[in-house]
Amino acid sequence: MTSLAWILSQEAAENLDLPPRQRVVAVLVSILILLGVLELVRQRKLREEYSALWVLTALGLLVLALNYRILVWLTHLIGAVLPTSTLFFGGLVFLMLLALQFSVRLSRLTYRSRSLTRRVALLEEELRELKRRFPEEGEDLGNDEGD
Amino acid sequence: MPVGTSAPRLHHEERPKGSRVLVLIPAMNEEENLGGVLDPLVCHFSPQDILVVDDGSSDRTPEIAAGYGCKVVSHLHNLGYGSTLLTGYHYALLHDYDFVVQLDGDGQHPPELIPRLLDPVLRGESDVVVGSRYLEGKSPTGFLRRLGALPLSLVASLWIGARITDPTSGFQALSKKAVLELCTDGFPDDYPDIDVLIHLHRKNIRIREVPVAMRPRLHGQTMHGGWKAIYYYYRMAVCLLLMPIRRNSPYRRQRPMEDDSLGEGPLGGIYS
Repeated sequence: MTSLAWILSQEAAENLDLPPRQRVVAVLVSILILLGVLELVRQRKLREEYSALWVLTALGLLVLALNYRILVWLTHLIGAVLPTSTLFFGGLVFLMLLALQFSVRLSRLTYRSRSLTRRVALLEEELRELKRRFPEEGEDLGNDEGD
Repeated sequence: MPVGTSAPRLHHEERPKGSRVLVLIPAMNEEENLGGVLDPLVCHFSPQDILVVDDGSSDRTPEIAAGYGCKVVSHLHNLGYGSTLLTGYHYALLHDYDFVVQLDGDGQHPPELIPRLLDPVLRGESDVVVGSRYLEGKSPTGFLRRLGALPLSLVASLWIGARITDPTSGFQALSKKAVLELCTDGFPDDYPDIDVLIHLHRKNIRIREVPVAMRPRLHGQTMHGGWKAIYYYYRMAVCLLLMPIRRNSPYRRQRPMEDDSLGEGPLGGIYS
């Protein structure tokens, strides 16, 4: 009844697809999201590494909007009752993945800022020490032509 | 002073080249306590060999340390106890020290007991000597604190196969081998605990405890207690469970710091 072959058949198309107006709106919205994300990448406001999940989601939405029957098929596949629950579930998984990705990046940034702070502290001490040891050289370092 | 009788000859000029000791003092907002720590120390160590790592203090901690002629390294902002120690370890390697003695800047650790920690390391009998306040019965900390630390010391003792009673003690003496291991990998840059000892043990570094008396803090707050303690337990659990299968940190292989003492030899490449 809900095999992939049936879902893609003409009979299913007549029974399951969205009304044309809804379909157009859904397709337009997903295209807008996709373009918006790509525009942010073009303006260098969003790094490519963070855009991947967003582009994937926008593409997923586009496919579902073009062919609602796939959503119905997915709903049966995961055992949900309503197609809307499948959408919510998908949204939730997407948000969790995004949050996890941020946590990983945050850990890396934490590590890097900490090690940078330590390195800067050591370098500052080194610089202070050098200036103390060689006070004259430190002052006219800029225009010194080999003394 | 009891140090005079039992202390090894520690002054830079008197000692043979290549057996220098760095006194490492992590300090965060300790302007009231630091003087009491440094006063006895500068009698027995050259101030040039005393390093105060200031963990982003907002008070006069770095000025006080500099006033004693000590070396001062200051973090731009507060990074926590582990990072403060790590900065000190890196400093020790950068300046080619052979031994490190660390004691807290809050005056808990009596400087006159340094020889007790340092001697076994100087003699090469151990790589890490930890000063334990629990080894000789009477402890200045509360019953609850003691009870909370008990499971951790049990785990550490069983894992290492030696009696560890005070794994969180910051009063330690370390050999260069141990310091090198701590800088290479495995040192948590937030709160070091028994995972450090276990990590060192896994790397075949000899650990030993000696009894020390500790004084209660004179001023200010301690680091432990409250919600932090619960997080602490969680962190330990994750750390210990993952320890046998954990990978090395992918971020700790970076360009070494430019310095003559690091140009060649085994130390190049460890700076992170």
